[in-house]
Amino acid sequence: MADLTTDFLGISSPNPYWLASAPPTDKEYNVRRAFEAGWGGVVWKTLGSEGPPVVNVNGPRYGAIYGADRRLLGLNNIELITDRPLEVNLEEMARVKADYPDRALIASIMVPCEEEAWKAILPRVEETGADGIELNFGCPHGMSERGMGAAVGQVPEYIEMVTRWCKKYYDRPVIVKLTPNITDVRKPAAAARNGGADAVSLINTINSITSVDLDTFSPEPSIDGKGSHGGYCGPAVKPIALSMVSEIARAEATHGLPISGIGGVTTWRDAAEFISLGCGNVQVCTAAMTYGFKIIDELTAGLSEWMDEKGYSNVSEVVGRAVPNVTDWQYLNLNYVAKAKIDQDQCIKCGRCYAACEDTSHQAISMSSDRVFEVKDEECVACNLCVDVCPVEGCISMVPMEAGEIDPRTGAEVQKEYANWTTHQNNPMAKAAE
Amino acid sequence: MAQGQMAPGIVSGRLSSDELTSNFTDLHPPLAPHEAAVAADRCYFCYDAPCVTACPTDIDIPLFMRQIQAGQPQAAGRTILEQNILGGMCARVCPTETLCEEACVRETAEGKPVEIGRLQRFATDDVMTSATHPFERAAVTGKTVAVIGAGPAGLACAHRLAMLGHDVVIHETKPKPGGLNEYGIAAYKSTNDFAQAEVDWLLKIGGIAIETGSVLGETVSLDGLLENYDAVFLSIGLAGVNALRAQGAEKDGVRHAVDFISDVRQASDLAQLPVGRNVVVIGGGMTAVDAAIKSKLLGAEHVTIAYRRGRDAMGASRYEQDLAASHGVRIMTNVQPVEVHGNGTAAEIELEYTASQDGQLAGTGETTRLPADQVLKAIGQTLDGAPDGLTLDGNKIAVSEVGRTSMAGVWAGGDCASGGEDLTVTAVAEGRDAAMDIHATLVS
Repeated sequence: MADLTTDFLGISSPNPYWLASAPPTDKEYNVRRAFEAGWGGVVWKTLGSEGPPVVNVNGPRYGAIYGADRRLLGLNNIELITDRPLEVNLEEMARVKADYPDRALIASIMVPCEEEAWKAILPRVEETGADGIELNFGCPHGMSERGMGAAVGQVPEYIEMVTRWCKKYYDRPVIVKLTPNITDVRKPAAAARNGGADAVSLINTINSITSVDLDTFSPEPSIDGKGSHGGYCGPAVKPIALSMVSEIARAEATHGLPISGIGGVTTWRDAAEFISLGCGNVQVCTAAMTYGFKIIDELTAGLSEWMDEKGYSNVSEVVGRAVPNVTDWQYLNLNYVAKAKIDQDQCIKCGRCYAACEDTSHQAISMSSDRVFEVKDEECVACNLCVDVCPVEGCISMVPMEAGEIDPRTGAEVQKEYANWTTHQNNPMAKAAE
Repeated sequence: MAQGQMAPGIVSGRLSSDELTSNFTDLHPPLAPHEAAVAADRCYFCYDAPCVTACPTDIDIPLFMRQIQAGQPQAAGRTILEQNILGGMCARVCPTETLCEEACVRETAEGKPVEIGRLQRFATDDVMTSATHPFERAAVTGKTVAVIGAGPAGLACAHRLAMLGHDVVIHETKPKPGGLNEYGIAAYKSTNDFAQAEVDWLLKIGGIAIETGSVLGETVSLDGLLENYDAVFLSIGLAGVNALRAQGAEKDGVRHAVDFISDVRQASDLAQLPVGRNVVVIGGGMTAVDAAIKSKLLGAEHVTIAYRRGRDAMGASRYEQDLAASHGVRIMTNVQPVEVHGNGTAAEIELEYTASQDGQLAGTGETTRLPADQVLKAIGQTLDGAPDGLTLDGNKIAVSEVGRTSMAGVWAGGDCASGGEDLTVTAVAEGRDAAMDIHATLVS
């Protein structure tokens, strides 16, 4: 069995799965249940300054979008940071950490953008025995209007400044949580690193309206006929998160900065993908909110089994393995030629590949009167749409052509050598191949 | 004297009223909205979908599935009913396992097709229970059409003609309209008097009058109809039944399965309906299966279907055969009746084993006897009472693709006409298509 024990910034946890700072980690009761279920760590629901806590709406806080059979694909929330007193949270954190010394416990913090505010809360957090802090610079709703959360995360200078304060008044690891509601995520990540951050975590939730009630014309979730944008998360946001993680993992200014990956992790496979793109661990929320804490059994067993199959004995061996394969479009090999191939034995004759190709792509699939669907190699550009719309996994595959074969679409011989756009004859900016 | 299922002879009250009520509830209960949403989600929206090709009425099944998915079952229902005005009944009685659901790609993929029949019922129920009829009549044309027979073909033809603005009079011999929807068809497939409710709903289009007790060749003649109407549509079904060639076939206890089924369908109290303790049904089609299952549901102790050929040759689909077997009906194949024994009343039936010899079915000489106080003959119906002067195709009225007979002004469809299987859905398609051709002829 592969060892899932993870060391992230010197913080040890029995597996790389932490619960993200969110409703599941708002109370001692939930966190204890999570640890009993087997979660490696939690990032406690974001703490605010001392004094009267924030208040939440008293109507729906979540909205959702669904796939077939009402499978939850995306969740949106308008809940704020913890609405319980600071003292209560700190006492609970201390108790839980004392009882579960082997689990990671991180305090998420969001206080006003003033040095005194951070100076006041950090020693108190340190007293709880928490293993580190995560700066919530990402919350897109409610707090950002008060100059916190995403309002800080969207200004790299603020990120750097606040991170610096935290490193000044706090001795343990500082993780900066980034918002995706920004044009170039590398800028805030670099700012965090410049401020001395030990790691970044991303993505926080995405500004979103899940739907509109067509009777009342209110956005959902609706509070008394009105709605507000909330933070979008769940399986639907994973591709956005993976891309942002990869950008930070390979950018010169941020390369090597530890990353805690967040965004739609639902199965062990998602986690392995985040880790391969440079994350030292992952944080999970929506999957737990959808199915309960018990999913940790599949998340850990699945990752362990895959690592065994692949011969990895430690999670750290997987970290960043896919990063060298993330490149810019211009460096993709234009001499790589593939063709779609339909396995007639697996084909159920639904014709979705035909409709997709004929209506919206390259007219590269033929249909016979008895519903046999075949690829026309002379038209196929290998766009993969037929693979994507086919209901049967593995029925249509993209088969690379061998060097020396003639591509019937172009009439040109498939070249063995790698060649990209930077040297292509059609590129006015082309440089001579070196 | 033994009671209940053990009582000898053909008697009523073998089961309690509660048991009978339970036995004769919907074979496939309606889908709840959640079930329908889950079931409709399974549709892949195939290109040029095989299910549509397999449907005699060409219902755009992927479209109505998508309309259910998108939360508009009423729109889905209209999509169905535009093609098949008896889509509600067809949803209940179609042998979907040999039509749309057999063609469904998910049958290929997983052996579990999208439940098209039940989803069609979900959508059509939604339309039919709403206050308004979904179709409007065109401006009245002043043309009149006589439809002979108020079965599925006649009703479909009448509705389409009425919708196009023509005035229709349906002549029906029986006291109630509906044809086999009312007098045939498994009771456990059409519950709560659905057949009459469907006719009432269909008539809301307006412009259709029904004259019951009107018998072609007796109270009305084809010549007379042609004089009084602009066109005539014959949908007279198959009123004759084949005779059983076996000694003793005239004994008490031997009767036609269609009459037995009609009695069940028309019974106001199933507890009053007599059925044998040992029932033997002769035949291998849907009527045989229906009669056998109904006998079992009424409390017959032993029910056997005796069919002269192999199981693969049975007219009833494999699904129907399994349905019979799951109700405890025994299916004997390669046996043919040679004699009904008994002193004036059936007591036993003697069956001879058969085998194929040089492609011909022949008795082997070896026989077996089964206790049989009731023998139900389900050996096929035949055309009976067709007007003279019409060209026949085999033993059916010869018609063109659009239902034209050999006689000008006379169209025909449904079981009485050539072409297509003898199914409700086929009858609807033929009635509808003939109506379109009649319309084209009348307005040209």
